Amino acid sequence: MTLQTIGRRRRPGTRTIAWRAVAYVALIAMSATILLPLGWMLTTALKPDFAPVFTPTPQWFPTTDWEWNNFARALLDPARPFWRYTLNTVFIVTMNIVGTVLSCSLVGYAFARLRFRGRETLFAILIITMLIPWQALLIPQFLLFYNLGWYGTMLPLIVPSFFGNAFFIFLIRQYIRSIPVELELAARIDGCNQWQVFRHIVLPLIRPVLMVCAVFVFLDSWNDLLGPLVYLIRDEDFTVAIGIANMVTSREPHLNLLMAANLIMMIPATLLYFLAQKQLVGGIASVGLKG
Amino acid sequence: MAVFTVGPIIGSLVISFTDWNLLSEPGWVGLDNYARLATDPEFINAVNVTVTYVIFGVPIFQVTGLLVALLLNLVLPGMRIFRTIMFLPTVLSGVAVAVLWQQLLSSEGAVNQILRMLGIANPPAWLTSPGWAIPAVIVIGVWGVGAGAIIYLAGLQNVPPQLYEQATIDGAGPIRTFFAITLPMLTPTLLFTVLTGIIGAFQVFDMAFILGGPKGGVGGSLSFYLLYVWGQAFGNGRLGYASALSWVFVIACAVVVILILRTADRWVFDESESR
Repeated sequence: MTLQTIGRRRRPGTRTIAWRAVAYVALIAMSATILLPLGWMLTTALKPDFAPVFTPTPQWFPTTDWEWNNFARALLDPARPFWRYTLNTVFIVTMNIVGTVLSCSLVGYAFARLRFRGRETLFAILIITMLIPWQALLIPQFLLFYNLGWYGTMLPLIVPSFFGNAFFIFLIRQYIRSIPVELELAARIDGCNQWQVFRHIVLPLIRPVLMVCAVFVFLDSWNDLLGPLVYLIRDEDFTVAIGIANMVTSREPHLNLLMAANLIMMIPATLLYFLAQKQLVGGIASVGLKG
Repeated sequence: MAVFTVGPIIGSLVISFTDWNLLSEPGWVGLDNYARLATDPEFINAVNVTVTYVIFGVPIFQVTGLLVALLLNLVLPGMRIFRTIMFLPTVLSGVAVAVLWQQLLSSEGAVNQILRMLGIANPPAWLTSPGWAIPAVIVIGVWGVGAGAIIYLAGLQNVPPQLYEQATIDGAGPIRTFFAITLPMLTPTLLFTVLTGIIGAFQVFDMAFILGGPKGGVGGSLSFYLLYVWGQAFGNGRLGYASALSWVFVIACAVVVILILRTADRWVFDESESR
């Protein structure tokens, strides 16, 4: 029995080699399917205005044209100032990250460590709110913000994040419960108050889970189209997602500029992906967020 | 928290019984909004589009996601690079991906050029020909299937290696091993990805908005349900009717999810039961 398995492993016969070759062909084909459209986009973004976008054989890689200027043109176009949209989006995203991390770490800590009456009931309610689909909330939330006079401002896209997010609170609470409580007790004995314990002991320890939260908040709000579409009305408030959506629906002829703007939208997420790949892939796998 | 969720829930239900359109005073119309659904051809079309997409899209995404995960689970040199590439579309936004594919799938676009080179003389116009619009959205979904593949990959790596060793000793081939071990051990993951996959497929919005525009494409072929709700609420200002639409949607989704969970104990492998 054992001999047989060992024997099999020692002999990388022609069959194994053939299987490996098949696997590599499949993997390379898959990677090409992912990368070629992105290459085509970059190629198109770098073309001058008069060059044909749809050449008889599709151009997957930039070879002849290198109009880096197109990115500047897309950013500075007075009709659609993408630099402005980018700043707006960065502002909304930053506020969302700050709001979510602040509120969710505080609430998560409270649910994990503080003892107060009704804690379990409150936590149960929190979990139940996670099950309520946002579609049911879209219109009443709109009315709420409309009556507050926030329609047409960025506030509806920012303020809710400061009131916590059930999913991230849950994630942070679970994480805090998994770290030993002794450190916090020791700090209390040394004379720290509750806030100091949170600030100097807990916060540094939960940095990994906060990173995961921040990355997901970034992707969610950077990619959000529906929220800005519902609440923003003035051009100077628009986000990149709306800018591109408007550019498409108005059918403008400059495909190279459209693709340049599109790349501007993709670059931050791509950079983040390569920087935080491990947390991100691990995070998606463990919490199972859909893309 | 309560201010932003619980209150609005009750509000939404109340609004769905009125004919509110922001400008006029809301008037109580009882169940009229719900009764009107049955005779609204655009509603029926939106349901058709969405259900067609769910029925064809979800199984295709599950199978391709699993195949990709199986491939990425192999132990081969250079696998890290392939995994990095495969998961890249996961982080790209629906808007940017939709814009890119709108160009690739245009009638003279890159996809059709390849099809012509392969000898297909009259490739479909994809997004602008009604019958091909949903298949086009499914093609785009397959391109971004890496998100599901990550979860499958995590599931695959949780299968105890002893089971595979045992199967090899017992003389089972790769296909037998897959159906006897991998698939049953993967059913909890499968339940999760099927549920999130169905919910995600019901909620298509960005894709539909970019590819078909606010009106839902040629002949309403891309009029996905949420796009229709959005159009009614914020395009036409019919908040009462749109609230009724959202509630029908929420209840329909809940029914589908409950039905799947009900059948789950018949096909999902539960570790704790087998011991």
